[in-house]
Amino acid sequence: MLREAFGDALVELGEEFSNLVVLDADISSSLKTGKFAKTYPKRHINFGVAEQNMLMSAAGLATTGLIPLACTYATFSSMRACEQIRSMICYPKLNVKVIATHGGIEVGWDGPTHQATEDIAMMRSIPNMTIVVPADATAVLPLIKQAIELDGPVYFRMGRNPVPIVYKKDNEFTLGKAKIIQSGGKILLAACGTMVNTAIETAKQLAQEGMDCTVIDFHTIKPFDEITLLESAKDMDLIVSLEDHNIIGGLGGAVAECLSENLPKHLIRIGVRDTFTESGDPKLLYQKYEMDVQHIIERVKGFFQRRNTKH
Amino acid sequence: MEYSKKLIRELKVKSNLIRQESIRMIYSAASGHPGGSLSEADILAALYFHVLKINPDEPDWEDRDRLLISKGHACPGLYAALAIRGYFPVEELNTFRKINSRLQGHPDMKKTPGVEMTAGPLGNGLSGGVGIALGSRIQNNIFHTYVLIGEGDFQEGCTWEAIMFAGFQKLSNLTCIFDNNDSQVDGPAHEILDVNPIIEKWQAFNWEVLEIDGHNQEQILIALEWAKKSEGPPRAIIANTVKGKGVSFMENQAKWHGKAPNREQTDQAIRELREAIS
Repeated sequence: MLREAFGDALVELGEEFSNLVVLDADISSSLKTGKFAKTYPKRHINFGVAEQNMLMSAAGLATTGLIPLACTYATFSSMRACEQIRSMICYPKLNVKVIATHGGIEVGWDGPTHQATEDIAMMRSIPNMTIVVPADATAVLPLIKQAIELDGPVYFRMGRNPVPIVYKKDNEFTLGKAKIIQSGGKILLAACGTMVNTAIETAKQLAQEGMDCTVIDFHTIKPFDEITLLESAKDMDLIVSLEDHNIIGGLGGAVAECLSENLPKHLIRIGVRDTFTESGDPKLLYQKYEMDVQHIIERVKGFFQRRNTKH
Repeated sequence: MEYSKKLIRELKVKSNLIRQESIRMIYSAASGHPGGSLSEADILAALYFHVLKINPDEPDWEDRDRLLISKGHACPGLYAALAIRGYFPVEELNTFRKINSRLQGHPDMKKTPGVEMTAGPLGNGLSGGVGIALGSRIQNNIFHTYVLIGEGDFQEGCTWEAIMFAGFQKLSNLTCIFDNNDSQVDGPAHEILDVNPIIEKWQAFNWEVLEIDGHNQEQILIALEWAKKSEGPPRAIIANTVKGKGVSFMENQAKWHGKAPNREQTDQAIRELREAIS
């Protein structure tokens, strides 16, 4: 689970960075910050259910030389405390890390009020913000470490549920540099977060039908790694973006903007299609809202069928 | 504690100069917020010219006291105080609100030396002060943090999150000064959204409170001295003030919240202010 990995990483990082402070808004049990709180009680502050005060205090803390990690659900940080993040943290470029979990519809049972499907779009449109969406537990530690080392605001977005391990332990990650998981074929699957695993599964099944894919993990949504996208997209017939987020303004938006300005290509954006979803088992939600492997394959095949008919 | 007549006189002159520069600045920009700049001037004079441990030559000195102006629109008063205190040339005040200036329409901590926190959207300053006071406590720093707020801040929800948190955490190194001029954009605060009772609200959130005349320099100094000496709860100073204080036609007039005076009005305002210290 990414949240578990985050909690474990914090204890390690607390040792390395003596100026790291962890802020919670009554859901430390959910964010898994308890271990840090036990190890470094002086550097853990619980703000109660008061996200605006937590984020604005984070701005204040940052001016004293500390590095605050403000932890809460993605809906609350990105929306309840949006002004504090935009005007009071990003505008003066303060060194605050916003740690957001429960991103996307994979939150499932809690329903749309707790499923953040706009947060990446909102954070992307704020200058000075860096956005990181790790794909699995292995990616969390190296990326959170680089986020802490970066002098400036970061929005670090994770999901709620356990996700399959994508990367072996020795993998290297560079903030701002997309990670090519596999190359080849004429289809490029550009994914982030939990959808990286979906992209890998999709590629496996398409390969069995003779359609090879390139799979790229865009763990840093901003700054967006245009170079890797454009170099990989050059020889492709179809680009597919995959994210657990509205197809407006997130990874799909970044891919569309980059391609249409530099290298127009056919693009399918997989994600939440500008709707509020509902409560339920995340697996079933992905099926119903056509974000699962089966539906993605259908759309990919549909594109090639239409293209072949035209020719 | 007794304060010398000389000191009181000096601070009166400083607050008068802050008012004059505020009016000139807003006239030159043809935009800005005179009302709140004039109501806060005596408090700013006491802080910048007597109370705060600061060094204009080293604005980022680690152990400096922090003063945050949450009512960011009243930055003409802040900029005037900073310039007169020596953070930047007084002539630079003429660039206020103009392109390429360090003096933004609302304070930008990264552009203006001496500005401790970016401000503008009301209700954020006290939380910023809470963060600084916490950071200071965690790192065993010795400085004190002051936050100046207005009714607009008092009406915003985030301020109450901060008041509840600071009271609970016993942030004794934090002082909040309420520039209570009872006037906001649409009219008198008590007609729009009454902030009273003020003392009881603060006390209910575990703060200690002192109410003063925010234009009486002696009372301001006594209150600021008292505020710093808390050994437990954070302390709040309710400074009852007059919006537009010192300029006859601006006093208690909500319409001067965010309006620039014309040439004639500016001349009259400066004349009245000069006479007051002659």
